[in-house]
Amino acid sequence: MSYEIIGITVLWIFLYGYLIVASVDFGAGFFAYYAKVTKKDHIINQLISRYLSPVWEVTNVFFVFFFVGIVGFFPDSAYYYGTALLVPGSIAIILLAIRGSFYAFENYGSKQSNVYMFLYGATGLLIPASLSTALTLSEGGFIMEKDGVVSLKYLELFTSPYSWSVVFLAIVSVLFISATFLTFYAARANDTEALKLVRKYALFWATPTIIASLTTFIALGEHNRRHYSNMMDLWWVFGLSVGFFMIALALIYIGRYYGLAFISVMLQFFFAFFGYGASHLPYILDPYITIYEGATHESTGIALIVVFIAGLFLLIPSLIFLMKLFLFDADYVKGKK
Amino acid sequence: MMEMDPVLMSRLLTALTLGFHIIFATLGVGVPLMISIAEFIGIKKKDPHYLMLARRWARGFVITVAIGVVTGTAIGLQLSLLWPNFMQIAGNVISLPLFMEVFAFFFEAIFLGIYLYTWDRFKKPYTHWFLSLPVIIGGGLSAVFITTVNAFMNTPEGFTTGANGFATINPIDAMLNPATPTKVFHVLSSAYVTVAAILATIAAFSLLKKKTSEYHKKALKLTVTLTFIFALLTALAGDFSAKFLAEHQPEKLAAAEWHFETEEGADLILFGWLNDDNVPAGVIRLPGLLSFLAHGDFTSEVTGLEEFPEEERPPLWIHYMFDLMVAIGMFLAAVSLLYIIISKVKKWNEHNKWLLRLLVLMGPLAMLAIEFGWIFAEEGRQPWILRGYMTVEEAATSSPHVGLMFILFLGLYTVLGVLCVVILRRMFRNSPVEEELEKKYPAIEKGDNK
Repeated sequence: MSYEIIGITVLWIFLYGYLIVASVDFGAGFFAYYAKVTKKDHIINQLISRYLSPVWEVTNVFFVFFFVGIVGFFPDSAYYYGTALLVPGSIAIILLAIRGSFYAFENYGSKQSNVYMFLYGATGLLIPASLSTALTLSEGGFIMEKDGVVSLKYLELFTSPYSWSVVFLAIVSVLFISATFLTFYAARANDTEALKLVRKYALFWATPTIIASLTTFIALGEHNRRHYSNMMDLWWVFGLSVGFFMIALALIYIGRYYGLAFISVMLQFFFAFFGYGASHLPYILDPYITIYEGATHESTGIALIVVFIAGLFLLIPSLIFLMKLFLFDADYVKGKK
Repeated sequence: MMEMDPVLMSRLLTALTLGFHIIFATLGVGVPLMISIAEFIGIKKKDPHYLMLARRWARGFVITVAIGVVTGTAIGLQLSLLWPNFMQIAGNVISLPLFMEVFAFFFEAIFLGIYLYTWDRFKKPYTHWFLSLPVIIGGGLSAVFITTVNAFMNTPEGFTTGANGFATINPIDAMLNPATPTKVFHVLSSAYVTVAAILATIAAFSLLKKKTSEYHKKALKLTVTLTFIFALLTALAGDFSAKFLAEHQPEKLAAAEWHFETEEGADLILFGWLNDDNVPAGVIRLPGLLSFLAHGDFTSEVTGLEEFPEEERPPLWIHYMFDLMVAIGMFLAAVSLLYIIISKVKKWNEHNKWLLRLLVLMGPLAMLAIEFGWIFAEEGRQPWILRGYMTVEEAATSSPHVGLMFILFLGLYTVLGVLCVVILRRMFRNSPVEEELEKKYPAIEKGDNK
């Protein structure tokens, strides 16, 4: 396997990791605010903050890892995306900054405040929407280079059915993933009240998630034929994704094996995400950057991979330790520690 | 009105973000070490005062670390957003240390979460203390890796150039470039001295406000002693840095010292200003000392600014930054030494008002010195972004919207900065240490407040 393929696979795994952990975080923010508005906050907010407090910083690192990695392995992406994304990228940074710091302010530093809760909930939906723009752009047609100046075609972006369906998909998936995770977490904590509530959320958001996946698929077919036909060749991967979705939904519906249900949701997104990624290749930005022409020098690429493997030896045991203490320690989850 | 220049605005926005970030980054590197030391002493001496010190520092640290994380994310992305041409080229080389920095940060983030949420979860107190070590190591290592990136921009090495950019790259050599050792040493020691000084300021301020409890006295003694030790280390690091500059970046040292002509036995110039003919006026001259600083020999030759073409010279105002940084460093060492001497002599009272007032000044001044030092280091390599290879003009984005982004970020940092202060004040005012000690260790508190 060439180092370019290893590089993009590693990065894709991390983006997938971010997709899952960030969805839990972003969705939780929205549900926390929604519960407050509907006066049910006493039921689930304790649960949410017990999980999120020790891990929110880790969530953030997944994202940093991805964008440092992509400009490292594929420096050309810094040139095209960097120039084109100045405005949406800066807005995403500001939203992330508001979210991260306000979370700390709210949870460790001050009394409950409606403004914080609102910002926390709103950024939970706006950040996935703004970050998904980068994926939309990668399909091509929205970035142009003229006389050595790269710019973003805002009009095309805002009038494209494809870009809107991606935004919609991003938001509803976040809510679905988060709700299934919280269902699992509430079941672990033996918190029947919270469980009833978040299970309802999970069942509710399942429908828009599968609809949005379909519309995005169709809109992509209109926007980028090459990518669409590559995806068709990988039809079985997407079939697996739908299969795991059905399993997850069935488990949540019968109200048992919530842990398995969450794993099925993870697999559902795993197959969809990797099917999407694999069929996108060899382009990183259609048609400007391919993984072969845009890759960094081999020596750097190999050094990055070596560091990556060494890093994993450090990270995986630490992450397992973290999960043991805060996710699988029944006493902690129940609020006894 | 003419269009705002993207190059200038990119420079200003980067300076704004970094200027704001380094406050919290410095705290992020230094505070875990101080917490760990306090907890260790507390466990070893079975002294609840030190344990409480560690807890309260940790609680405040959560707030600053949050701002450090989000502003760090901002500068990480801004590198590509504002300097896309630079990242397209240099990304090939600096991605390795950037990647390693993220790993170190990851490691730190995991264990910080664990450390903060497991205060009373383990049977042996040392188990919890051990969890502080990966936080210190992670924080220190991320400072080391990111500093190698900055060092590379000052003395680029580890590659050969061909017709289109780099021909060969050795990313390890690039990381271990000539500027790396002195920069890393100086960054770490100055972060530790600054944080010790800030915590000393808090203790001294509490004592000034007539809270004469044992808790604050112990806090002061610990932090001022640490300030002194790290101030000495920082001075040593500064001396190494000057010798490095003399050898590898003589134009930076020459601009810092207004040293125009190459000469032997060069004088060190303190303070003063430049008159209309660029001649230093109102200065204090220390004969031969620049030669000594540069090469460890009072008669050695020091390269002057005139050896460099005019368009490659850094701005001359960095002299003020250099002087202020060095002066504050001396002040920290002197005041902390004064406290130590006074506390050793039985008859003297180390908690007298005037000394406490001087000690209160240490923290804010130390943080200013960090800012001055970085401004000196960064402006001192103008006009280069990659010294000798790429100028700042060639590296900036061509996007016309940078001015607007500058305003947005200025607003963001203002809000974060103000909220940080408000929340930290509220946090500690709502739970005074006396109350908290009494609640946690009811046995020892009787008679503590003299």
